[in-house]
Amino acid sequence: METHELIKALAADSRRTGVAMNTVWWGAVFVAIVVAATVFFALLGLRPDIASAAQTVRFLFKFVVTIALAASAFGLLRLLSRPELDPRVVLPYLAIAPALILAGVAIELTVAPAETWSTRLVGTNSLVCLTFIPLIGIGPLALLLLALRHGAPSHPALAGAIAGLAAGGIAATFYASHCTDDSPLFVATWYTIAIAGLALLGALTGRQIARW
Amino acid sequence: MDGVDERSLARLFRAALDGDERAYGNFLHEAARLVRAWARRRAFGGPDPEDIVQETLLAIHVKRHTWRSDGPVTPWLYAIAKHKLVDALRRQGRHPRVEISEVEDRLAVEETETVRDWEIGRALETLTPGQRSVVTAISVEGRTIAEAARSLDMNETAVRVALHRGLAAIARRFGRD
Repeated sequence: METHELIKALAADSRRTGVAMNTVWWGAVFVAIVVAATVFFALLGLRPDIASAAQTVRFLFKFVVTIALAASAFGLLRLLSRPELDPRVVLPYLAIAPALILAGVAIELTVAPAETWSTRLVGTNSLVCLTFIPLIGIGPLALLLLALRHGAPSHPALAGAIAGLAAGGIAATFYASHCTDDSPLFVATWYTIAIAGLALLGALTGRQIARW
Repeated sequence: MDGVDERSLARLFRAALDGDERAYGNFLHEAARLVRAWARRRAFGGPDPEDIVQETLLAIHVKRHTWRSDGPVTPWLYAIAKHKLVDALRRQGRHPRVEISEVEDRLAVEETETVRDWEIGRALETLTPGQRSVVTAISVEGRTIAEAARSLDMNETAVRVALHRGLAAIARRFGRD
């Protein structure tokens, strides 16, 4: 088939355009949050003392970090789903959540006595955290990867990893309202490991699923 | 049509996305011209530039909803072309082609044929018979949707669906083993 013949066929198919990327992204993130909420409330639920916990800075700071991660990763993911974007321009935005948690850790290390550091870091929920953040995040990750597949990412593995960070951010936001370990030392350690697992899974799957 | 600037190219593409078939055809011809010149400079001694052109046009077609219609069109266009060229080079790295001297001997024979078979021919082979006859009727035989429907004894909606699915399948299959 010659190129001008191919163009005739493509032009004849001009009516059916794919769904707009904006619609797909907002639809995917909405369903992702609903799925995460469903899994969270079915398996874990809020911590019983949430009302008093909500008065403490450490508890609230967890949400600052996880929501910052989810929002920055989601914004980046939308940009990376278009072919012309150079990732080097936008990747610095990913540093927002790590910078916040590192600042939290630094403050914790100055205000908390050194002999409590290790108990604060180890906490009591590390296994629960490592189990449930991936479990809550896997559904959102699948949805975000499907939306990414509808796009045209020039770097599918990188975009997949960022989908994992966004899914991890959503999952961690829900999980944080269950977990009683509020120290930034705990969050910086266990949340990071759990979310990194989702990012790795996203990178490996994204490379396959978002090929075009 | 010769030399179209960025703004009129974007205008053509916007009209095309609003369903103007003629504007879409013009846009694709112009895109093919740009990508051909671009690929000839980069694919030297590598993949056939015309394969890159055709693969890029198919990708433009199935991914045209990823263009932001308030932005420039050429960076988007060349990003797709680059993605497809990199893909083709990677494939070639996995299945190196034969030595140049062998190709030259064969080329002398092939040049006597009038029609060259691009990579797209192989993708066309993988379609269902129904999709293939619709795609061929509209592209190679140059029929309209209505004419194709009459000659294949189908209704127009079925022709449109077969064309749409056939092109999507070609875009997916293109260059894959």
